[in-house]
Amino acid sequence: MPKILMSGNDAIAEGALRAGCSFYAGYPITPQNELTAYMANNMPKRGGVFIQAEAEVAAINMVFGAAAAGARSMTSSSSPGISLKQEGISYIAGAELPAVIVNIMRGGPGLGNIASSQADYFQATRSGGHGDYHCIVLAPASVQEGYDLTGLAFNLADKYRTPAIILGDGMLGQMMEPLELKKQSLKPKAKPWALTGCAGRKANVVKSFYLKEGDLEKLNLKLQKKYKEIRAKEQRWEELFLDDAKVALVAYGSMARIARAAVKTLRGKGKRIGLIRPVSLWPFPKKAFTRPKNKYLVLEMSYGQMLEDVQLALCGKAKVEFLGRSGGGVPAEEEIILKINKIYNG
Amino acid sequence: MDKIYSHPQALRDVSTHYCPGCGHGLAHRLIAEAVDELNIREQIIAVAPVGCAVIAYDYWDFDCSEAAHGRALAVATGIKRVRPQNIVFTYQGDGDLAAIGTNETIHAANRGENLTVFFVNNAVYGMTGGQMAPTTLLNQKTSTTPGGRNAQFHGYPLKISEMLALLPGVKYIERVALDSAQDIMKTKKAIKKAFKNQIEGAGFSLVEMLSPCPTYWGLSPCESLDWVKNIMAKEFPLGVIK
Amino acid sequence: MPRITINKDKCKGCLLCVSACPQGLIVVEEELNLRGIKPVKFKPGGKCVGCALCALMCPDCCIEVYK
Repeated sequence: MPKILMSGNDAIAEGALRAGCSFYAGYPITPQNELTAYMANNMPKRGGVFIQAEAEVAAINMVFGAAAAGARSMTSSSSPGISLKQEGISYIAGAELPAVIVNIMRGGPGLGNIASSQADYFQATRSGGHGDYHCIVLAPASVQEGYDLTGLAFNLADKYRTPAIILGDGMLGQMMEPLELKKQSLKPKAKPWALTGCAGRKANVVKSFYLKEGDLEKLNLKLQKKYKEIRAKEQRWEELFLDDAKVALVAYGSMARIARAAVKTLRGKGKRIGLIRPVSLWPFPKKAFTRPKNKYLVLEMSYGQMLEDVQLALCGKAKVEFLGRSGGGVPAEEEIILKINKIYNG
Repeated sequence: MDKIYSHPQALRDVSTHYCPGCGHGLAHRLIAEAVDELNIREQIIAVAPVGCAVIAYDYWDFDCSEAAHGRALAVATGIKRVRPQNIVFTYQGDGDLAAIGTNETIHAANRGENLTVFFVNNAVYGMTGGQMAPTTLLNQKTSTTPGGRNAQFHGYPLKISEMLALLPGVKYIERVALDSAQDIMKTKKAIKKAFKNQIEGAGFSLVEMLSPCPTYWGLSPCESLDWVKNIMAKEFPLGVIK
Repeated sequence: MPRITINKDKCKGCLLCVSACPQGLIVVEEELNLRGIKPVKFKPGGKCVGCALCALMCPDCCIEVYK
């Protein structure tokens, strides 16, 4: 299949369009503006709806409405804008609506900067909004994966009636790589609960509000059951040179690309280094840690967020080291190699 | 003998949680009657507010969505844009539409979304215990303006309908009152017009209904109707604004 | 002769119908209803004209009108 050169932002948008996304609402924020522009150009041509909303808050609520009416709906933003969307995401989860939210992470906290970071891991995986809910979180590490995982996100969101987050970062959004426009495997699901007008059936209500005693607990138990199933079935990760590894690096997204380079360099020098690259961040791929290595080195463009999930997965069965930079700082291959040399024989 | 009046089909025959003399009961019923008379129950998708009418979907018998506080017009935009063949309306109080939701309100109107909006203005926040609303009148006592609304500290009552009328995307705005049989009949006419506008694709239509809140005005239901007619309607004049 | 029926247990005692009736045919009951308030009742023997203003004013759809 021929490949075309595309940026990460564009590839995620194209992946969404080919997965049948028919509604997009967004608000400009760097470094994901190309995604919004791509949708503005292409959504109407493919018979869908594009709205530049007045704010990220409005955009997520428009997505709520479009999803409630049965359409595959998406919004995208970057860290501060995703903070704004947290209320809406909580409502989407509580009302059991499918939707895809793309976060092209930038430096924070606050207005931060427009460089890459991975400092929204907690926000994405610990349900950034209020209440006991989870979003499925997928972390692409290449333009191709941006395209592929967006399609998967729509399928999973529909399958489980839950929001799904694509967690990218500024580097991934901006970089250009060859992309194979594979056919998205659409898994359309009937949506008898959707709001389409009550002809021929009882009226539907889409809500997350249960005042009567016991009713909200029932909803929460239903959500917990759903999350249990997702944890069992939807863990995704990639392994590189893991079998005989003495030290396993753990990194996702753009960080994993740098980690991969470090692994190859060190393997060339005879060091037994491997890599675990989580692709699903929620559910966290605990299954990748069932046969513990001696040591793990977690690498993040943050000060240690996924680190905690690695520690939890290992439960003290191995030593876990950490190297991270944030605020736009990116651990370089040389820094990683230095760190590994320090810890390899320790 | 024929039964010439009964509860409308689009309204479930259940008791509501609304206070005695609350305007919501009237507004819900009038909207349901309009839906029945226009025969659009099966096309309707309503968006409920956060406020006393948060469970409006328990009373109306057609498709409904909730919305986060203030976001009803964003939710309605999403629904209507993907299902233009349905009739989509929002039902919002003064906090939902003119405080937290002001941004969504102005921009849905500015985009000229082909939506119908019912704005129930009772000059107070009922559900949360009677706090000041954007439309609270000067000198009106509420739990957050215990000495009465003071322009210097609290600003003036917000005339959101007059503000929205400035926007070219807005097709129709009328302010009505639920204060007498005559005005209630006018309200129903306005409701039907606002629905018909959407059916005809004419654009953003809003009906502001001055509505009694006996509980937080500290008046009896009958006194509340008088307060709407004699006091509220002086600050918020009735009639077609656009 | 036109008449109305009032669902007395749905009635919340707001009394809007009482002032709405031009013939004064709606009065307050003596006994409490299931809500613990005194609902309204239709005065038997009165000259109802079936104007339905009472039903128009009722926020709770308690009134049905027969003509």
